[in-house]
Amino acid sequence: MREMLHGSKAVAKAVKLCDVDVVAAYPITPQTPIVEYIAQMVADGELRAEYIMVESEHTAMSACIGASATGARTFTATSSQGLAYMHEVLFIASGMRLPIVMVNANRALSAPINIWNDQSDSIAERDSGWVQIYVETNQEALDSVIQAYRIAEDKEVLLPVMVCMDGFVLTHTMEPVDVPSQEEVSGFIPPFEPELKLDPEQPVTMGALGEPQWYMEFRKQQDEAMERALEKVKEVDLEFARTFGRGYGLIEEYKTEDAEVVLLTMGSLAGTIKDVVDRYEGVGLVRLRLYRPLPVEEIARAIGNAAVVGVLEKDIALGLGEGALCTEVKKVCYDRGLETRVLSFVCGLGGRDVRMEDVEHAIEVCRRAAKGEKVSPTTWLGLREAVP
Amino acid sequence: MKPGAVISEPGSTVRNRTGGWRVFRPVFDMKECIDCGNCWIFCPESCVSRSEEGEYSADLDYCKGCGICANECPTEAIKMELEEK
Repeated sequence: MREMLHGSKAVAKAVKLCDVDVVAAYPITPQTPIVEYIAQMVADGELRAEYIMVESEHTAMSACIGASATGARTFTATSSQGLAYMHEVLFIASGMRLPIVMVNANRALSAPINIWNDQSDSIAERDSGWVQIYVETNQEALDSVIQAYRIAEDKEVLLPVMVCMDGFVLTHTMEPVDVPSQEEVSGFIPPFEPELKLDPEQPVTMGALGEPQWYMEFRKQQDEAMERALEKVKEVDLEFARTFGRGYGLIEEYKTEDAEVVLLTMGSLAGTIKDVVDRYEGVGLVRLRLYRPLPVEEIARAIGNAAVVGVLEKDIALGLGEGALCTEVKKVCYDRGLETRVLSFVCGLGGRDVRMEDVEHAIEVCRRAAKGEKVSPTTWLGLREAVP
Repeated sequence: MKPGAVISEPGSTVRNRTGGWRVFRPVFDMKECIDCGNCWIFCPESCVSRSEEGEYSADLDYCKGCGICANECPTEAIKMELEEK
């Protein structure tokens, strides 16, 4: 049924449809409405789940780990400082191979304190062993949460999944969203039945010491699970498309065929860029949906014929002078022997609007580079020129 | 190797003989022992045992030589002696 929904409500509805057993969360702007809606659903008896009110995000994730270890389907959501506060436990969730699903409402990190959108919070957790999916719309947020449980709980994967949606831009904005029926979703997600779980009838030890003679092998197992996750994200999305009529892929290509300049981004910014790209000839867009594991093959195929790729991202790898994603696109080019020039465009930090003029400016820089003109490897879009 | 380093067989810790970590070994002097049981209670490895005759000893396969038994013994009946191999 089509409904007008805020992104946060779309997520809450997805959580309900996935029949989650345990939710442990701590409120933080702009994630708050997600957990408020879920709390309401539990209080009203619409969702039969244990809602654990905790005193911090560190505990929220720890409670999810404990619950997931008993075989419960678990959910949490956070943003920014909350995600940073979860940092050490994120590695435990992924190291213990627990299929927890979390929505991160992307928000800038302090200081200075800022509650608005950018993606530096989740990008800082890129090596934590979580699958990361970035969505463009509220519909995709709902659909991705449903897909996330199928991916995470697959026996070939068993990894936690983070669905990243731009704070405010999506969480607090209404869009028409097609909400599938309970029967359809229940048919798509089988019950979570782990082979090994905390069960007094069949005792196991979880979270034990991994000494130097074993630790590396477990890390290698995780990396291999990530490789399998890439295929699984693809498979689950195809099946989702067959079932629900909507699919997203690992990357979305927009007018990239024969494009001399390709812009690459993640999340809701893709909407603005598509409008700008429509005004140009020979300019396309790649929207990266799956950030971890990085779909190297798909990116290489999409940008391989372009002279210049401009990576527009809402994060800055301080000390590297460019966005983290830009560095990774360079890796793709290097590994695949592509001669595509990769330029970094840092934008939208701390909620700074990325205007159509900013995207046009990025395209002009890329076009100059394509002509062989010397351009700066990194451009900050929409930055004040004279700071008092 | 189970994913997530899960140990699915209960009690497998006994295979890990931690006695090799020891630098000092506890030596029990039964003449001084008053059978209070402190060493048995406090041993963090649960490797101190009492025989039917009331004699105490530590299982050196697992004793890490922490010295807590000697510290807790009210009559100093347990001495920690340097391991020499």
